[in-house]
Formats: sequence, C-alpha cells, structure tokens
Amino acid sequence: MVAEKMAAEVLNQAPPSALRAFWYSFRENRGAVIGATIVGLVVLCAIFANVLAPYDPLEQFRGFTKLPPVWVEGGSWKYPLGTDPLGRDMLSRILYGSRISLFIGLSIMVVCAFIGTCLALLAAFVGGIVDVIIMRIMDLILAIPDLVLAILIIAVIGPNLTNTIIAITIVYLPRFVILVRASALGELSKDYVTAAKVAGVGPWRLMFSTVLPNCVAPLIIQAALGVSDAILEAAALGFLGLGAQPPLPEWGSMLADTRDLITSNPWVMALPGIAILITVLAINLMGDGLRDALDPRLRRS
Amino acid sequence: MIKYLLKRAALTLPTFIALMFVTFAMIRLVPGDPIEVRRGERGISPERLAELRHAMGLDQPVWKQFLDYVWALLHGDFGTSIVSKTPITTEFFTLFPATVELTLCAMVFAIAIAVPAGVIAAAKRGSIYDQSMMGIALVGYSMPLFWWGLMLILLMSNTLHLTPVSGRVDLIKYYYPQVTGFFLIDSLLSGEKGAFLDAVRHLILPTIVLGTIPLGAIARMTRSSMLEVLEEDYVRTARAKGLSVFRVIGFHALRNALIPVVTMIGVQLSFLLAGAVLTETIFSWPGVGNWLIHSIERRDYPALQGGIMLIASLVIVLNFIMDMLYGLINPRIRHGR
Repeated sequence: MVAEKMAAEVLNQAPPSALRAFWYSFRENRGAVIGATIVGLVVLCAIFANVLAPYDPLEQFRGFTKLPPVWVEGGSWKYPLGTDPLGRDMLSRILYGSRISLFIGLSIMVVCAFIGTCLALLAAFVGGIVDVIIMRIMDLILAIPDLVLAILIIAVIGPNLTNTIIAITIVYLPRFVILVRASALGELSKDYVTAAKVAGVGPWRLMFSTVLPNCVAPLIIQAALGVSDAILEAAALGFLGLGAQPPLPEWGSMLADTRDLITSNPWVMALPGIAILITVLAINLMGDGLRDALDPRLRRS
Repeated sequence: MIKYLLKRAALTLPTFIALMFVTFAMIRLVPGDPIEVRRGERGISPERLAELRHAMGLDQPVWKQFLDYVWALLHGDFGTSIVSKTPITTEFFTLFPATVELTLCAMVFAIAIAVPAGVIAAAKRGSIYDQSMMGIALVGYSMPLFWWGLMLILLMSNTLHLTPVSGRVDLIKYYYPQVTGFFLIDSLLSGEKGAFLDAVRHLILPTIVLGTIPLGAIARMTRSSMLEVLEEDYVRTARAKGLSVFRVIGFHALRNALIPVVTMIGVQLSFLLAGAVLTETIFSWPGVGNWLIHSIERRDYPALQGGIMLIASLVIVLNFIMDMLYGLINPRIRHGR
C-alpha cells in the first residue's frame, strides 16, 4: 500500500528541468563546487575592486617602496600585502588585476566561440573549397606553437591589452572550429536534420536553430576550460613585456615588475603568481565539473 | 599505405604555402620602413634609398618579391639576421640542440612520473592517493610556468644553494668542444671531471618547470584511459583466470590504456616548444625560444621571420611523421575517411 503510494508519487513527479538536472549532477562533484565558489569570489573581487581596494592601484607611495606583506617582519597593516618597487599597494593592484585577467579571459572566449562557431558551421554546411580553405588556415595556426604565434602577432600589431586579446583569440580559434565542425558534420547526417530539410527549413535556420543546439555542450566545456588557458597565456605575454603595458595592474606584468625582489622581498614577487594560480586552478576545477555534468559521454569517471 | 602517405602530403602542402605567405606578409606589416628598420638611419639620401631598395629587391612588384622569397626558402636560405649578420639557419641550428635537449628531458621527466602515477590512481580509484594525485595533477596543469620557475629558483638556488640559476654550463670552470650540441653528451665525451654533473645540475630546474604542465596533463589522461580499459571484458577475463592484479594492470590493461596517452604526448610537442620560450627566458637558457624573444627586443624582424618559418616547418614535418606512424600502427586510421 505504502509502496504503491510512493510509486505513484514518483510517477507523478515531473522530470527535473534541464537546469535542475545539471545542478544535481554538478553539486555531486566536490572539487567543482569548491572551484565555482572560488571563481565566484574572484568575480566579486573584480566587480567590487574599487570598493575593496584600500588605495588607487596606480598611486605611488614614494616613502614606502618594496615593503613586505604584513606577516613578514617590517610589514605594516597599512599595506597588507606590501608594496612594489614604485611604492604601489600590492593588495589594490592584485584586486584590480582580477578585473583585467577575468576581462581578458572572458572576452577572448566569447569572441573566439562566436567567430569559431560561425566559421565551423560555414565549413560544415558549405563544404567544398570553403571547407578546405578554413581548415587549412586552422592547420597553419596549429602548426605554430601557441605562444610563439601570439608573440608573432603582437610583434606585428604592437603590444597592448586589446592586441593581447586579438592575438590570443586568433591562436585559440582552431579549438572551436575543429570541435564544432566535427560535431556539426556528425549531426548533419542524422535523420532529424534530413526531416528538417524535407520540411523546407532554410539554410540559416538549419544552421543555427536545428544543428547548433546539439553542438552546444562541448562548446560550453571548451569555452570554460579555455578561459583559464587564455588567462595563463595573457599573463605569460604580460610577463614577457608583450601583453598589457605598465602601469596597468596585470598579474603577469606585475610579476615581471617585481622579479628583481626575488632575493630581498620574495613574498611580493610571489603574490601575483599565486593570484594567477588560484584563479586558473579554480576555473579548471569548475570546468571539469561542467564537463562531467553537461556531457556524460566525456565523464572522466 | 602509399595512398595514405600521398593524401596526407597533399594536405600538408597548402599549409606550407600559407605559412610562407604569412611570414612573407608579416615582415611587410611590421610598422616602419624595412630599410629604416634595417639601417637605423633616418633621412638618408634618395639615391642611397633607391640603391638599397634595389639591392634588397624591394623595387620589384610584390608577387615577384614573394616568388623570390619562396625560391630562397626552397634553397635553404631563410634570410640573414640584421644584428649578427649571420644566416638565420646558422644561428637557429646552433641554438636548436639546447632547446631539444631541454624539451626531451622535460618530456622524459613528465612521462616517467605521470604514467605510473596515473596508473596507480586508476587502480586505487577513489582512494586518498587517487584524490591527492589528481589534485596535484590539476595544480600542475594550471601552473603559470614563469612564476613556477621563479619560485623554484627562490627555493633551490637562493635558499638551498643546490642548483645554478641560469645557463647550461659553468663557463668559468668547464670548457669542452660542442660535438653534438647536447651538453649531456658533450660533457661526457670531453672526459672532464665534474663536467657531466655540472650539465645535469643546470638542467634540473628548467626540466621540472617545462615538464610540469605535460606532467599534469599526461597523469590525468593516463588515469581516465586506464579506468576505461579496466572496465573492458578482457580485463575481467584476465582477472577471472586468476592473474595477479599487478599482472592484469601492468601487462593486459596498460598496453591498451597507453594508446591515447601516446597520441597525447605527440600533441604536447607543440606545447613544449611554446613552453620552452618561457622556460628559456627565465633560466637564460641559450635556446631557440630565448633567441626569438631577444630578436623581438632587438627588432630583428628577419630573424623572427626565419625562426618562425623554421619552427613551424619542424612542427608540420613532425606532425606528418606522427600521422604516418599512427597509420602504420593502426590500419583503421589508414583506411578511414
């Protein structure tokens, strides 16, 4: 009797919505939840940097250069994470730096995913010579090691924040083009696409509202994991002096600025790198969770 | 097999042509007149300018210049550095062994640790070992190389005084002829006492730094590939036959689990070359990556152009060879689409 009632209850329940199912699956993964929490904190830091930061990130306190953080002897609560060789407050710079890094990572992935998807759908649907040209260009981009290609592009268009984004976007395009093209080609041979064609659906609608939604899961996963790669790549360019230019508080270039403090004041040098590592690690943890939740086929058990 | 080879070669050719076109266009897109960039003179006389332009073929139509460039490349002429005035190929191949030595050491380091770690993690799935191992692998995978290098210098060189900070060899103490360009081999050949150990000491930190990201990636890959294989029927059969766990994992499963891992190691090659740029910059390692960065700093665009042409050609050729090997090993690839 009780069992029957319970069975009826289960049957009457609507299946969980897609979002809810995703959430159930995502929260099972402890690492992913921790990652998402840290990413959330970093995002909050970026949004409220102007409220949280004690000073302007560009303001130079000439009397207080190269101060160590508060937990090292000689540090003061006035500058909790110390100051750089120009006397700028490290805490403020790291907080504002999160804005730059997240902006770089997100904008690269949004632009990259958009252009990449369009190129991939074009290659898959038009085929023939268009397909060949697009795929050969992607092969060319892949043939040059990513950082080397980014450096080459920067050498031509000049080092600054916008050009960093342009260069890394070009470097990461093949990931999206190859991925979406492969899944679009896979979908194209399926019956529902043929049915849509027979029903008289036009090519644009076929591309974007019939086929694309079925290629979206791997796209989201790639974009999420790509954000961390893009942040690392931009920081590497900044470190080499080819990314965001001073006085912008970009984490990679901050590390290059404080590199000489390695013997005298290692903590100040270590801090920007710790910020990069924590952010990238958290995004990767979250990305792994996204992958497991969105695409059970890719589940790494 | 021949048909497969030709098909792959036909796909590689357009990439090469596009590469030549891009490197050719690049040097023309760089801001500043090439003559002024090269000579560093401003306001030279119009006659001298015309003369120089003619000498460099810049008065020719662009398509002719491109064909000349391709012609020179096909004859092995990758241009001349404007700083050192030596051919790019000479500079490149003098420095290249240093990069190869570092890259190979990093790869061996990564594989030697990552594969056993991944296998054990898969075998003890869910255990504290598995969880901590995969946690470490993810940290390695997320590591900003340049920061990691500086941290290791801080710990190993500045605090513990165990390893040197930069370079390949202690030039004050040791001098030996460069026979192969690989200092590990050259130092042994020289027979000098302590020279080999010195070369090893210089290699340790750069190897760890460059190997860290591949280490994380390979360990994760090995684990997931192993887990997949362990669920196969033949593994269950082998266990049911009474074979020891060690034998089943070490002999039956590992061989198949390693196939995707080997593929991935091939993919890591391009990454390693990119990582070498950063690693070499941090440790002043006299390799190709360091040279490229210096070329940019010195505005030596012909060197940059030739260097990128050479690196990309190497990657394309190596990928082609890898494809051939897969085709040879796996007939399904050969006869596939």
